[in-house]
Amino acid sequence: MEITTFNEGKYYIIKINGELDASSSLILDDAIEEAVNKDQKLLLFDCENLHYISSPGIGVFTSRIEDHEQKKIYLVLYGMNEKVFNVFKILGLDKILPIVNEKEEAKILLNGALNKN
Amino acid sequence: MVHSIKINCSKSSLKEIREFAEKILSNYKIPEVERNLIVVAIDEVCANIIIHAHHCNGTDEISIRISEFDNILEFAIIDQGEIFNITDYNVPTLENLIKDKKPGGIGLILVKKIMDKIMVEKQDGKSVCRMYKSLVL
Repeated sequence: MEITTFNEGKYYIIKINGELDASSSLILDDAIEEAVNKDQKLLLFDCENLHYISSPGIGVFTSRIEDHEQKKIYLVLYGMNEKVFNVFKILGLDKILPIVNEKEEAKILLNGALNKN
Repeated sequence: MVHSIKINCSKSSLKEIREFAEKILSNYKIPEVERNLIVVAIDEVCANIIIHAHHCNGTDEISIRISEFDNILEFAIIDQGEIFNITDYNVPTLENLIKDKKPGGIGLILVKKIMDKIMVEKQDGKSVCRMYKSLVL
């Protein structure tokens, strides 16, 4: 599993490549921590090359929901394949975490969240 | 026919377990998305055993056996560690996990949602977790 991070204008992209399981979830957790420390507020998770996810990977997102709300950090996940999306869906997380198909949709959603607050 | 694999109790073995399960499951007419969920459930139980019962001790071993009878798939996960009775475990709600900021606990929610039946027993001194999934939708 490999994580690539970079800024695209005001957005901070976290690109996930490979499989997120018990052996690799800490890498993602570190990448989010780094984004938070850099005071990045608009996080976009590129899941186009995320081939597999199990609970430790999902836990990285869910365990930070409260903190992100408090710190006004907004995030959107995009580009998930059907297999990965279905793991979020069976848990009901598709109703809690913002998940969209395309990067541009994700940016629109982030802007909307930013303007609302 | 029983398909089995024995692997070391390290987190890096999880990929091997998934590839084994995926290969066996591809012999059945299970939609890809459903097949992936079954693989996730097996991964979750194995990860739980590797981390909590064996503390990722790579010299310990865990066996996974997959068989099918009468359109029901059986997944048996066998190890020598302390037994963890998943069936007795009160699965937390997702809302509580989010509120408590806990990353753990989601795996067991997944396993219970995905599998039709789960049984845990001690057999010949070994811990055996059996999970069942019907092939008939």
